[in-house]
Amino acid sequence: MTELSLVQAVNTALKRAMSEDMHVLVLGEDIGIEGGVFRATEGLLQLYGDQRVLDTPLAEASIAGVSIGLAVQGFRPVAEIQFAGFAYACIDQMLNHASRLRARTRGRLTCPMVLRAPAGGGIKAPEHHSESPEAMFTHIPGLKVVMPSSPARAYGLLLSAIRDPDPVVFLEPTRLYRAVREDVSDDGADMPLDQCFTLRSGRDVTIVAWGAMINEALEAADQLAAENIEAEVIDVATLKPLDSAAILGSVGRTGRLVIVHEAPMTCGYGAEIAARVAGGAITSLLAPIERVTGYDTMMPYPRTEAHYMPGVGGILAAVRRTMAFT
Amino acid sequence: MAPLRIRAILIIQKGLAMADAKIDISLTGVLDADGKVVGVMPEFAREPAELLRLYRALVLTRTFDTKAIALQRTGRLGTYASSLGQEAISVGVAAAMQPSDVFVPSFREHGAQLWRGVTLKELFLYWGGDERGNDFAGPREDFPNCVPVGSHVPHAVGVALAFRLRGEKRAAVCVFGDGATSKGDVAEALNMAGVWKAPAVFVINNNAWAISVPREKQSAAATLAQKAIAAGIPGEQVDGNDVIAVRAVTERALARARQGLGPTLIEAVTYRLCDHTTSDDASRYRDDAEVSRHWPAEPVVRLRNYLTHSDLWDKDKEEALLQECGRAVEQAADDYLTTPPQPPSAIFDHIYAEAPAELVEQREAAIAQAQGGE
Repeated sequence: MTELSLVQAVNTALKRAMSEDMHVLVLGEDIGIEGGVFRATEGLLQLYGDQRVLDTPLAEASIAGVSIGLAVQGFRPVAEIQFAGFAYACIDQMLNHASRLRARTRGRLTCPMVLRAPAGGGIKAPEHHSESPEAMFTHIPGLKVVMPSSPARAYGLLLSAIRDPDPVVFLEPTRLYRAVREDVSDDGADMPLDQCFTLRSGRDVTIVAWGAMINEALEAADQLAAENIEAEVIDVATLKPLDSAAILGSVGRTGRLVIVHEAPMTCGYGAEIAARVAGGAITSLLAPIERVTGYDTMMPYPRTEAHYMPGVGGILAAVRRTMAFT
Repeated sequence: MAPLRIRAILIIQKGLAMADAKIDISLTGVLDADGKVVGVMPEFAREPAELLRLYRALVLTRTFDTKAIALQRTGRLGTYASSLGQEAISVGVAAAMQPSDVFVPSFREHGAQLWRGVTLKELFLYWGGDERGNDFAGPREDFPNCVPVGSHVPHAVGVALAFRLRGEKRAAVCVFGDGATSKGDVAEALNMAGVWKAPAVFVINNNAWAISVPREKQSAAATLAQKAIAAGIPGEQVDGNDVIAVRAVTERALARARQGLGPTLIEAVTYRLCDHTTSDDASRYRDDAEVSRHWPAEPVVRLRNYLTHSDLWDKDKEEALLQECGRAVEQAADDYLTTPPQPPSAIFDHIYAEAPAELVEQREAAIAQAQGGE
């Protein structure tokens, strides 16, 4: 066991995957000698050389597009996009090609690639550096979408993503990169890409969240416990495919659901979860489903960023509304 | 188009770091529009059997094309992109390739696909709206057609990079249109291929029209081949209606790629004698007179004239070839038309290696609905 930050866990998983499988390559902007702008790929160039650690020209769409060609040819490319805000340029490649090649060719050509990008705000970054685009990708059939919220889960889920036979978009919460350290065993054990993590059990209300918002959700649950409200906190780290059963099961027990995400509300992934619960657990609901999300605004510049970010207070208020509903 | 050699040299002086950049775009042609030899005959073209193989491929491609349009017009095929007038690019490029190379096409390269072993039936299935047409029994590693224009060019770079990293003497060959050269994907891909010396050959099918937008409104560049210069790779033009010339320049480019000398951009200059697709009506934006002016340069008659001049061809052989190609195409069309569509469950197949729970549920519902249930 070693205490690792989330970004170190990503780095450790990359090293593990590259040691285990010669077909794993990493590519992206500044990932070689620089080790990535967040140091997620630090040391890889020295360990595996410039044939497996490829500094690319500055061209996001083609980083995804070249990864597709490599993946079809049997490599397992792990592409880094420097910030999720620049991954929008990759959507054409991921949507029109990576996600479809298997179906279009009836399984003849496949695309086992990972597109990694730091995502989310709260780090006082310049504009376009704080985006939460998960719903842009979860809407695409054929992709898997993952957003871990702890070092251990980042390690296990990234290994799964690299070993998966299909394309995976792996969004890493920038705010958590160095926020916490956790014991991570570099044992090569991966984690399923279709199961939620129940981080705290509770009988009164279900709080689902993912990425950096897990911290706020857990903090809210702690404060609620002091009021004798027991919240169950579910980390939907594997957004697509969605583990509906875990969420429906929890809401079946608690009767109350609060969904928390940093992305804007409208058509955010919370809407999908709300719809599934409305469809599959409506008779269990004791109160309307609450969403605590970013606003339907652009991600503001750093000086007003805090006003945008969902916080513990908003979650507490939402939970109290569900508890008070009669 | 008369074969000619254009040589424009431009000296660009860059302030402190003095550098001379030459724009030097050659145009290769072997046969003129009448089939007379006006260029250097490449080695393969001294072999009559090779020339006859190329001619048969041109005729088969055109026979397929005619049948595909007829099927579309009678409601038995989907929207179809004809290759009329552009067959020499398809056939010449594919004939230069080795079977172990990988072809990454746009959507008008039926001739290349046929040469590489994609079957006529698979082509009909694809254009008839059936994914099984992309499950090529022959060239298993070739990419299917790419409809979002130019977005496949980075894939060819990835494939070529894979070959280079494994130390294989293989190359990726990518064809795209004149319109595609305006896209960022293409600029990015050429640039990356140049940096990585990727064993790739990029071929522009410059057929003068991107649906309704003519070549001169597509780019202010004098040639499209010169886009290679910005990527630091060789670029050249070839008479795209001359199958011998197309094959010769592609072979040269492939040889460079296999020697580790990196990618090449080839602009094959041709003319789209057809509508963009069967959904298009080119008379809305293009004079018939312009089309008529280009017919005399078309590729099939050109090679036939050469073969006839060389005493390799006559009317009887022509008749026999047309019948042979006609029979093959008719048989494939029948095979396609009598192939039942895939079952409703097929739309859920191959979305993932293993279907997640939500997709399994949707699949069951779709099957039930197709069976008249609820």
